[in-house]
Amino acid sequence: MSTNQNSGDVLLSVENISLSFGGVKALENISFDIKAGEVRAIIGPNGAGKSSMLNVINGFYHPQEGEVWFQGEKRKSLKPYQIARQGIARTFQNIALFKGMSTLDNLMTGRFTKMSANIFWQAIWKGKAENEEIANREFVEHIIDFLEIQAIRKTPVGRLPYGLQKRVELGRALAAESKLLLLDEPMAGMNIEEKEDMCRFILDVNDQFGTTIALIEHDMSVVMDIADRVVVLDYGRKIGDGTPDEIRGNQAVIDAYLGVAHD
Amino acid sequence: MSDLDTFPKVLLKQSRELENHPAMREKEYGIWQTWTWSEYHREVERFAAGLKELGFRRGDKLFVVGQNRPRLYFAISAAQCLGGIPVPTYYDSVVEEMSFVISHAEVRFVVAEDQEQVDKIIDIRESCPDIECVIYDNTRGLENYDSAFAKSFISVQELGDTVCSKDQDAVKKEIDLGSGSDTSVMLYTSGTTGQPKGVVLTYDNVRSIAQICIDHEGLNKDDSVIAYLPMAWVVDHFISYAQAHLAGFCVCCPESPETVLQDSREIGPTYHFTSPRILETHRTSLLIRMEDASRIKRGMFHYFLNIAKKTHDAQGTGNTVSRFDRLMYSIGKILVFEPLKNQLGYSRARLTYTAGEAIGPDMFDFYRSIGIHVKQVYGQTEASPFVTVQPDDQVRSDTVGIAIDQVEIKLTDEGEVLFKSPGVFHSYYKNPEATASAKTEDGWVRTGDAGFFDKEGHLKIIDRTKDVGRLNDQSIFAPKYIENKLKFFPYILEAITFGDGRDEATAFINIDLSAVGDWAERKGLSYASYQELAGHDDTYALIRDCVEKVNADLANDELLSRSQIQRFLILHKELDADDGELTRTRKVRRRIIAERYKVLIDALYDGSERCKIESEVTFEDGRKGTLKGDLRIVSVKTFESMAKSA
Repeated sequence: MSTNQNSGDVLLSVENISLSFGGVKALENISFDIKAGEVRAIIGPNGAGKSSMLNVINGFYHPQEGEVWFQGEKRKSLKPYQIARQGIARTFQNIALFKGMSTLDNLMTGRFTKMSANIFWQAIWKGKAENEEIANREFVEHIIDFLEIQAIRKTPVGRLPYGLQKRVELGRALAAESKLLLLDEPMAGMNIEEKEDMCRFILDVNDQFGTTIALIEHDMSVVMDIADRVVVLDYGRKIGDGTPDEIRGNQAVIDAYLGVAHD
Repeated sequence: MSDLDTFPKVLLKQSRELENHPAMREKEYGIWQTWTWSEYHREVERFAAGLKELGFRRGDKLFVVGQNRPRLYFAISAAQCLGGIPVPTYYDSVVEEMSFVISHAEVRFVVAEDQEQVDKIIDIRESCPDIECVIYDNTRGLENYDSAFAKSFISVQELGDTVCSKDQDAVKKEIDLGSGSDTSVMLYTSGTTGQPKGVVLTYDNVRSIAQICIDHEGLNKDDSVIAYLPMAWVVDHFISYAQAHLAGFCVCCPESPETVLQDSREIGPTYHFTSPRILETHRTSLLIRMEDASRIKRGMFHYFLNIAKKTHDAQGTGNTVSRFDRLMYSIGKILVFEPLKNQLGYSRARLTYTAGEAIGPDMFDFYRSIGIHVKQVYGQTEASPFVTVQPDDQVRSDTVGIAIDQVEIKLTDEGEVLFKSPGVFHSYYKNPEATASAKTEDGWVRTGDAGFFDKEGHLKIIDRTKDVGRLNDQSIFAPKYIENKLKFFPYILEAITFGDGRDEATAFINIDLSAVGDWAERKGLSYASYQELAGHDDTYALIRDCVEKVNADLANDELLSRSQIQRFLILHKELDADDGELTRTRKVRRRIIAERYKVLIDALYDGSERCKIESEVTFEDGRKGTLKGDLRIVSVKTFESMAKSA
């Protein structure tokens, strides 16, 4: 739980990424980087390519052109679980939890990549499997405490209100102890109070665990408050990159958000 | 007892005699952690030594703010060890409230639970420059704060370790300097009127009443309680601190305020202190959940509850219970009542107090009939705190019992209750006028409550003396008495009645969102907000039925039949302590409501059918907003007075 905020090393960079689905160009020649310990926001109007960008970063989509560098290594084409093992975790725009399972069990699934006991040991439940479970449970309990969800520890996730489900999802991503956390619209559909809580948690995660965070968000005001640097996409192209203040003054961004006719 | 006249001295004794007996538990990371009495003492000693090193002197106040956490109790004890005075405060107090107490009590040292509280103290620091240091329990989010001002609890204890390593008896020497007549604690009453007053209680005050109640109820080291009441409330200090020290029982701190019910289910405390409001919430949620249960379970629940009611009623009226019913009750106990008690955390309960407000007869009987022996107590901070307790065999829903040992009660001609006891408070801090007006020269304390003794000598409280008024025809108007009758309906969360100096009685109603919401769901009513539900025609009809039932009830009472409610309205927002409409203990602040909702009160009396209102609301983070409403006013059927027609 050390703090390595803004240490300045580049954790991940994407270079000249282009992604298209058939004739639709989702992303066009996009490059930016994410530094270790920062909160990096990716914003843009609807259909700008934000989620596609996130899917490229976590290896779900493979871009036709361009490279992804993670921790100084060029990334080969990997399966999503291999990427998870490398230290990238994410949440989804539409909650993707196991609805019938309790909060605790959902968080425990986030520890999956940290378990190595084979099926035999798991089955007889002795030695390594047991110790692993205890250690993982302890880690998860710290997250429960951190996110203040003790009261819903044993509640099936499907019965929880939306805002809490989002929090559980964040918890599951945290459970993976990732180096880079990708949050896809963590505040979508929330009321003001829930948004404020979520902002607090995101900043605390960044602060306490030193996790680097890349988040996609619709709500400009939220992003400007919590992000260290912002990259702006519009129609699959990058139109701005810089600190929130620089972005606020960027004419292209203002145009994109206010809506100016495109050629 | 002379050598055990302060709590730190009692703690020293317990740490020797009950060395390995659990004193404190807290659920952390899902597992109950335990401190024995000797560990409790060690924690306190280390913190006290550190506190002293930071410059805390005899007579200094230690402001303690947060939810029930072991370390905050340790801090209270540590302050007392050093001859200081702990000032526990409500954790949900807003900055202005805290700032008043801090400057009034000349606080230099603060112990706060977490970042939220520390942030408030930092805000207050500008207006209260005397604050030297804030010590926090939970370190989360506080790493980058100025460590000269904000220190962690652990760092202070580590400082204490170095002090103790040089002089082992540093704290013991301070403890020996204390005596029973010293101030043990200062509790600010939330004050239904005006600024809060700091009630100064001595060790002798708190200790004597705590011991009387321990002896009376036979509490011992094997009991346990859940500490969930606000630490600033005298009752929590009394039970979780004073009585726990003297009897040596274990105090369990819940994981979070939301998990109290789950935690008490796990612990199964033997000693409960609850309030009618909590009992009501539990019963309402129980009944709602039962409606969703399978048909067999639901049938069993209602059948055995009926048996329980029948048996309980028969016992109350002195009739014999048939053998069949007795058999069925035993079966019900296994199948329904014990599981129910377990659900509510009462599986091992042997003593359950309720206080604070009147309790509805229905609810009272409900709990007693399933075997939860709720009984009522009456008291106030100024009495440290109990005055009366119901004896086990004379429990009634409408009285508060008889005076406990060494306590005397008398009534003035106006019906005000006065008491005299070893627990009579020392004074109000820096407020001799208020002290003089509350305490008579010969040692009686005015409670400000109007009451009378019933035929069996039990005290009955009807209202605050100053609130008992008269209608224009000079008949008595006791607002709280009527409001309580209204509040006994599950749909009504809060009611405020008007009538003093008027021709007739009227009322504001606050609906209970969970009960009315559930009712609406069953009826298929759709609503988007509290406001919309409150203003719904069907909701009005529902509440009107309740009010009419109260009117019918009032008609039976010769004294109060003129106070039947003529017109009422349903408020568009829930009354809230953050808006100053309720006290932190959720009592209605009449004066503020009378000012803020003057338009509505006028409308109740000028015959209008609707009334527009704009009211200010305060969010939890202190920001303000406005809420507009257009409220309907409804007339209600009243009944001929039975007394008159008879």
